Amino acid sequence: MKKGTASIAFKQQPCILGAASVVGSKEGEGPLGKLFDQIEQDDKFGKNTWEEAESELQKRAAQLAIQKAAVPKPAIRYLFAGDLLGQSIATSFGLLEMNIPLFGLYGACSTMGESLSLGSIVMSAGYADYVMCLTSSHFASAEKEFRFPLEYGNQRPASATWTVTGSGAVILGKEGGIAKISGITTGKIVDYGIRDSQNMGAAMAPAAADTIAQNLKDFQIKPCEYDKIITGDLGKVGKTAVIDLLREQGYDIEKQHMDCGLEIYNEQQQNAEAGGSGCGCAAVTLCSYVLRMVEEGKWKKVLFVPTGALLSKTSFNEGQTIPGIAHAVVIEGKNV
Amino acid sequence: MNTEQQKKIYQQYIKEVTPSHNIWMNMLKAFFVGGLICLIGQILMHWFLSMNMSKEEAGSWVSVCLIGASILLTSFHLFGSIAKFGGAGVLVPITGFANSVAAPAIEYKKEGQVFGIGVNIFTISGPVILYGIFSSWVLGILYYVLQMTGIMGGM
Repeated sequence: MKKGTASIAFKQQPCILGAASVVGSKEGEGPLGKLFDQIEQDDKFGKNTWEEAESELQKRAAQLAIQKAAVPKPAIRYLFAGDLLGQSIATSFGLLEMNIPLFGLYGACSTMGESLSLGSIVMSAGYADYVMCLTSSHFASAEKEFRFPLEYGNQRPASATWTVTGSGAVILGKEGGIAKISGITTGKIVDYGIRDSQNMGAAMAPAAADTIAQNLKDFQIKPCEYDKIITGDLGKVGKTAVIDLLREQGYDIEKQHMDCGLEIYNEQQQNAEAGGSGCGCAAVTLCSYVLRMVEEGKWKKVLFVPTGALLSKTSFNEGQTIPGIAHAVVIEGKNV
Repeated sequence: MNTEQQKKIYQQYIKEVTPSHNIWMNMLKAFFVGGLICLIGQILMHWFLSMNMSKEEAGSWVSVCLIGASILLTSFHLFGSIAKFGGAGVLVPITGFANSVAAPAIEYKKEGQVFGIGVNIFTISGPVILYGIFSSWVLGILYYVLQMTGIMGGM
């Protein structure tokens, strides 16, 4: 059922049957370390290049999710997946052997929200019995794609974020499972003219605020309806900004707000500057921490809002601003 | 909503809430680390001179040693931590230049000798080389003109 101008409330609510998270060593040492399904000590995941390593990440997350959801692979009708690399090569090569029809997505770090949204629409419309939504990022391949060669010595500004090495995969089905998706709000491209690529939280916060406000308007609810409002990778600067932006519009989310980028690393010890980022950041936090809390009933209803910064090296060098996008997914416990 | 005025307010607001590293602390660290590198260079210089090398020859050997050390540290994954601490202190001397050439060489090796290393090895240092040469050319012309007009004396 359509809600407001940008939301859907699902009549047939897709169920999250299983979710898997695979991460690198740094994430494994972080506060969420114990919750991940697999922690790989080898940064290259036994592969030759960073790009292949990221593909391997996605492949392992996909296989684990299939195992955990106990769904036969051929029954999965569609994959909704994407990553941060040029032309989404981590997805193309990582899911090659899956042999499942694929929709390749690019939503920068908001991809997990985008894939869950599209997957839910297809499920709810009855066009599939099972779908899988997944995404990944790798610190080294992202540095190479967006910043500098890994061994180049430079000082990161205090507002910079650290790309998470990790992949999260979710399998949606019609019934059972650990949680359900009751609605979505699709984000617009929002540009407040931020140009500093080392301060992506600032660039994405207006998009997150826009989508969260839209969600509250469309469903005609207050922030306290949610136990948690979880943004993807705004980091320290973005967290402050999104709370202040929403306060200006009359919504106070300070109590409910949580940012995956601030959960995944230990700020003092792991020197990740302003926090974690990347597609994998929101995805692995969802698949480990968030879904566990929802499954255990500690959180009954959460708004999961991965955030993406829509820039490339070229657009940045050509002096363009950094627009942001955020997609919201309403996740509820099974016993609501 | 989302007017130019609002954007300006937001950009100003972001400037206020964005944390930054302590510039004085950074400068102090850079000063000591940079100084330390120069000290090592000077010690090497004296050592080479004590081996009856000419001053020019000894100078070249000092550069070779510092460049070599920087490349080795880069390949052993140690340069990044030093640069994180020392900042411009490590990046401004010849050590930083060596790192900026070695790092892309390591990163792009997987893409082949020509399109990987060949194309990308100067991605960071390229601008320094280009504009370094260009500015010395400009200064050379200036020097030549000043000499011709008699404002500056000849060699």
